[in-house]
Amino acid sequence: MYGNGYIENDGKPVNSLTVNEDPIKLAAFEARIAAGDKIEPQDWMPAEYKKQLIRMMEQHAHSEIIGALPEGTWITRAPGFRRKLALMAKVQDEIGHGQLLYSAAETLGKSREQMTNDLINGKSKYSNVFNYPAKTWADSAVIAWLIDAGAIVNQLANSKGSYGPYCRALERICAEESFHLKYGHDNVVFLATGTPVQRAMVQDALNRWWEPIMHFFGPSDKESIHTETLMRWKVKMGSNDDMRNMFLDMYVPKIWDLGLTLPDPNLHKNEETGRWEYTEPNWEVFKQVINGNGPCNKERLAVRRKAEENGRWVRKALMKPEEKYVNPLA
Amino acid sequence: MEFTDKHVQGLKDLLYKMADDLLILGHRNSEWTGLGPILEEDIAFSSMAQDKVGQSLAIYEILNQLGESDPDTVAFTRNANQFHCSKLVELPIGEYDFSLVRHFFYDHADAIRFEMLATTVVEPLQMVAKKFKGEIKYHTMHADVWMKQLAEGSDESKMRIQNAINETFALALGMFEPSDFEAELQEAGIFDGEFVLREKWLNKVVPLLESFGYSVPDATTTIPEFGGRKGQHTEYLQPLLDEMTEVFAIDPGADW
Ligand SMILES: [Fe+2]
Ligand SMILES: [Fe+2]
Repeated sequence: MYGNGYIENDGKPVNSLTVNEDPIKLAAFEARIAAGDKIEPQDWMPAEYKKQLIRMMEQHAHSEIIGALPEGTWITRAPGFRRKLALMAKVQDEIGHGQLLYSAAETLGKSREQMTNDLINGKSKYSNVFNYPAKTWADSAVIAWLIDAGAIVNQLANSKGSYGPYCRALERICAEESFHLKYGHDNVVFLATGTPVQRAMVQDALNRWWEPIMHFFGPSDKESIHTETLMRWKVKMGSNDDMRNMFLDMYVPKIWDLGLTLPDPNLHKNEETGRWEYTEPNWEVFKQVINGNGPCNKERLAVRRKAEENGRWVRKALMKPEEKYVNPLA
Repeated sequence: MEFTDKHVQGLKDLLYKMADDLLILGHRNSEWTGLGPILEEDIAFSSMAQDKVGQSLAIYEILNQLGESDPDTVAFTRNANQFHCSKLVELPIGEYDFSLVRHFFYDHADAIRFEMLATTVVEPLQMVAKKFKGEIKYHTMHADVWMKQLAEGSDESKMRIQNAINETFALALGMFEPSDFEAELQEAGIFDGEFVLREKWLNKVVPLLESFGYSVPDATTTIPEFGGRKGQHTEYLQPLLDEMTEVFAIDPGADW
């Protein structure tokens, strides 16, 4: 699972992204992308393209791995065999997505180990939503339905991007995500149509998760940095607001159909523009969370760090000194 | 042969201990999700956990056909002293060395148990045993590969696994705690019994471990950790069950 809007260009003006590139190679590269070609690891690419892609795939991979933690705590509490088996399989898929995406990122020369180190040292980011606690069983249901739904909107768009290995990984991931979504939806339906206690649980969870979900697609286009070059390179595939709008259009009616409410009195579709209008979520909170001050950032990284430390002897035992690290090719 | 009450009681006891072992170990193995030493192991442990929980469900379903409550009720509403699992499976996951050695010991026993049950006169049990034999092959293969590569890996990995073998062996022998119905199960052709299983298991795991370069404690002088099959458990089972049933218990009558 992954959200949009984590692309950073270190505050550099847009036209500086390509300033040191060979203009002939750059033109050929851009022409290939415009023609719908996929860029493969051994192809020429601008330094900034490579950097942004590594960052994006890496953050996406981390999001899958960290995302397994809040839901993972509910595997051992899932009520009944059906849910227990389904949730185990779902979270296992997420770890598999992480594995797949680390491999995709490795094609550009950054090893899984380096990426993991950057994660546990707080250097690289992951999706903000996973820094919130999953307080009740209903939270895990809402996550599986709506966060996965958001991820699908995002990942489907990104699967049409320009970097071959990432697109191929995303196609496989999206197929699995659609099962997650079904599982999550079914789960929410049972709660929403269940006993008063179950209904209250799921409404509560929805209230709690609404702001993180609105944050999921990243800051409003008005606030986010210019990304024209990255859009032309098909690194970024849609504006944050467009993705958010697409998500709202698909899921708000479904939420309302279940008799659930959303904690934003201004949320409605403007029939003239066809766009959803809403109270702008608090982007200050978003920035705080992404910079490490969310309710669970420290806990998530601590868990991950401990897992890495505990497993070090295993990884060391597997390492054969004569084997040299080789980047995967695709 | 006609089953007497004692035969049925013995069969249920057998099914309960198998299902409870599978459920509890599956639950424990699932705790590795997100925490494994490498991602591939998170995935492997989760996949084995799913198999185990799925297998436990199939056995609870057989119990249900024999007149016991439905699987969810049986799994999610009993207390620790009503569980028949061995102490081996209920211990916390600890570090990877313990979890791997437990997995190795347990899965070899389970593979042999299902092998033995593939010819049981109890038809639904025979069917699941034949099916599970296929699944469990991958579990023992996984355990064997890891036990071997950690023996060859580093001094530390070999020492850790050796220690875990030493510390886990008595618990593993506890899996073969005889039931009160051994004779009945044998005479009815239901199951050849824990003693036969234990011998077959020793013949399998001891030479295997020795071939990897480990030493194995002496089974004749090790006192097995019995009690689990009779509802006497370690302090770890009840908290596990409290956690497992936490949501279900909010309203056991509700559809979740
Ligand atoms: Fe995912
Ligand atoms: Fe997912």
